Amino acid sequence: MKKVWERFGVVLLAGGAAAVLLTLAAIILFLALRGAPALSWEFITAFPRRGMTEGGIFPALVGTLYLVVGTAIIAVPLGVGAAVYLSEYARGGTWVRIVRVGVNSLAGVPSIVFGLFGLAFFVKALGIGVSLLSGVLTLGLLVLPVVIRAAEEALRAVPQEFREGAYALGATRWQVTRSVVLPVAMPGIITGAILALGRAAGETAPIMFTAAAYYTPRLPRSPLDEVMALPYHLYVMATESTFFWKTRHLQYGTALVLLCLVLVFYLAAALIRARIRRRKRW
Amino acid sequence: MARAAERLVKALTWGCATLSLFGLGLITLFLFREAIPFFRHISPFSFLGGTAWYPTQEPPSFGILPMLAGSGLVTAGALALAVPFGVAVALFVGEVLPRGLRDPFKVAVEILAGIPSVVYGFFGLVVLGPWLQGRLGLPTGQTALTASLLLGVMALPTVASVAEDAVSAVPDSLREASLALGATHWQTMWRVVVPAARSGMFAGVFLGMGRAIGETMTVLMVSGNSPVWPPSLLSPVRTLTATIALEMAEAPVGGLHYRALFAVGAILFLFTLLLNVVGDLVAQHVGGKR
Amino acid sequence: MVVQGQMVQLSQDIRDEGAPAFQVRDLSFFYGKEQVLKGITLDIPKRKVTAIMGPSGCGKSTFLRVLNRLYEIVPGARATGEVWFDGRNILDPRVDVVGLRRRIGMVFQKPNPFPKSVFDNVAYGPRIHGVRRRELKAIVERALRQAALWDEVKDKLHKSAFDLSGGQQQRLCIARALATSPEVLLMDEPTSALDPAATARIEGLVRTLKEDFTVVIVTHNLQQAARVSDHTAFLLLGELVEYAPTEELFTRPKDPRTEAYLAGRFS
Repeated sequence: MKKVWERFGVVLLAGGAAAVLLTLAAIILFLALRGAPALSWEFITAFPRRGMTEGGIFPALVGTLYLVVGTAIIAVPLGVGAAVYLSEYARGGTWVRIVRVGVNSLAGVPSIVFGLFGLAFFVKALGIGVSLLSGVLTLGLLVLPVVIRAAEEALRAVPQEFREGAYALGATRWQVTRSVVLPVAMPGIITGAILALGRAAGETAPIMFTAAAYYTPRLPRSPLDEVMALPYHLYVMATESTFFWKTRHLQYGTALVLLCLVLVFYLAAALIRARIRRRKRW
Repeated sequence: MARAAERLVKALTWGCATLSLFGLGLITLFLFREAIPFFRHISPFSFLGGTAWYPTQEPPSFGILPMLAGSGLVTAGALALAVPFGVAVALFVGEVLPRGLRDPFKVAVEILAGIPSVVYGFFGLVVLGPWLQGRLGLPTGQTALTASLLLGVMALPTVASVAEDAVSAVPDSLREASLALGATHWQTMWRVVVPAARSGMFAGVFLGMGRAIGETMTVLMVSGNSPVWPPSLLSPVRTLTATIALEMAEAPVGGLHYRALFAVGAILFLFTLLLNVVGDLVAQHVGGKR
Repeated sequence: MVVQGQMVQLSQDIRDEGAPAFQVRDLSFFYGKEQVLKGITLDIPKRKVTAIMGPSGCGKSTFLRVLNRLYEIVPGARATGEVWFDGRNILDPRVDVVGLRRRIGMVFQKPNPFPKSVFDNVAYGPRIHGVRRRELKAIVERALRQAALWDEVKDKLHKSAFDLSGGQQQRLCIARALATSPEVLLMDEPTSALDPAATARIEGLVRTLKEDFTVVIVTHNLQQAARVSDHTAFLLLGELVEYAPTEELFTRPKDPRTEAYLAGRFS
């Protein structure tokens, strides 16, 4: 009797987990099936036409890539630097605790609040205006804690013996970090950075007031230009455009492209991680 | 030379670490700088307790109680879904699934967290909403329920991953001790693993709650956005986040409406900060015990 | 080949056979509030093997880490007293630890080659100390020969160090330490992770190394201390119980606690 109940419990857990997997599969499959017919070479490489009721998503795709690259330039060096300080230089102490609390808090701030901050600070106070640069700075701050945490975790996973060996040979802290610790931690750091950028690629709220344009007739020529971005484009097409019910096929296509873009980031990170685990020999 | 380089690197990395703190400080400063003047015109009491939100009328009224209730309702609905399923996933992955399958499963859950919120919103708008509308015979598919279901899926990975960390942090020696006393796998899980991992699971709930409250695009697209009072699960509601996203573009910079939206942002900020601190404290409580 | 340190140079001229390599005076050591070493005073002679033995937790590894100031990388560690090496008290905060560690090599309990090639492991020290590229090859070969590893690895210098066996990895770590031409070699239970055959090779190596180097070896293995060392210090709970020529200590221990340890009543 007891056995039956226990079996039932395990089945219940498995059922819950399976339901989660099914949900994921359902969302992806549905978007893939509905979005695939819209995909074409033209869809990827053309500008929107006729008030965004025809044509492609080229400027939004390029804008998102610009945003991602810019975010990487801002957040990855800063985040890795911060993680190196936390894990290699500071090692404990009050300041580190404060910084860590700050990083955790930053990670929990809602993305719309980042948007508000970007508007008040970068766009207005610094006078950068609604631009690629403001968006990149806002997104950079948003993903900074993700990069810091992942990099710190990767640095902490480096065995202490490697550091001791290098110190005992007379290496300075920076030499130890640069020539032994960072190379060992690098795949983990890259994984974290990729995940952070995947997040940046899909965010809408932080760029709504800081960078994103409804429509631009040309690609941005400087960091001070407004940009179109895939997530914002999808939002606008689905809810605010004049004939949103007429462009559903384009919306499905846009959603699918955005989903694929983000999935590529996540799968790349997962593959690198699996590879690290397989090749690890210490 | 080497010493100078050493000092330079230390200073640089210190700067990087401090900058993230500085960023948090700047966010606080600028949110409140824009929000505080608002309360010179409107009392915090009528802001938090008022049931009417007519920011563009003459005279305007800024009562966010409907939005507070909307956010609360949607978040509660999301947690009702995310907590049981998140904990089930954590226990299934940590205790039932063979080791070789754990990582692929975790990647799948991670992807669930990685799907952009605007994509969830779109899915809710064109698929889930209409389906619910048809099924339940509602006048509209854009309801608190629709938002709750989607937010539940989105908050689930947070709950699951924090809870799973707690489950896998339970030392194997505890499990072995229980099994050696003749307990079954199931008894071991409920009487040893779950109690030991309880704090971590609570931390996951707090962090998942923070995720659900702060989510913007999905609720903006699927919850109908009408600031009704009192809200119900099957009617359109509006959340704090959606209010900011909807109205910021039309609010004249520096005006009362603009500042009201920053005040909403400040409340969201304080609330999620609180949830994170509590979540961290609960999580550390686990760490401190061991 | 040794590039001299910048800040505080340790004078090179005292190479007198008679003078001890280290003069340790009233050395105490703390991790936070816990005292790990209690007022240790002893001289470590040049070009001899000195064994530090004692049960686990007696502070012998810590003692070794004071000699090259490696303890500093752990926060909250603090040493008091004096340790004289080549005319300077190395506990003096002004001493250039980088220059010091270049002259005092160390080998650890578990072989810890870097995840790099065999060659790059041995070349690591010379490289960070600015040795030019064309000199590296000769240095690496010399160090590998000194560590009795050259013949086994000369055809796989560019393979990963992790491809070597445990014993080979430990000899690689010895070669890596020797490549900076140190005067002293500190060995922290270098054979505890190795099988008997590999242990025997390392012990043989230690006996030949003392012709050129001062060796300080930490061990909890009595037989090993007896086999390889000239002098033995016995530590118990952070205290130096007895320090004497190895043969004397093993045959005529003066302290009853040493006697008890030799009879197997601790550890």
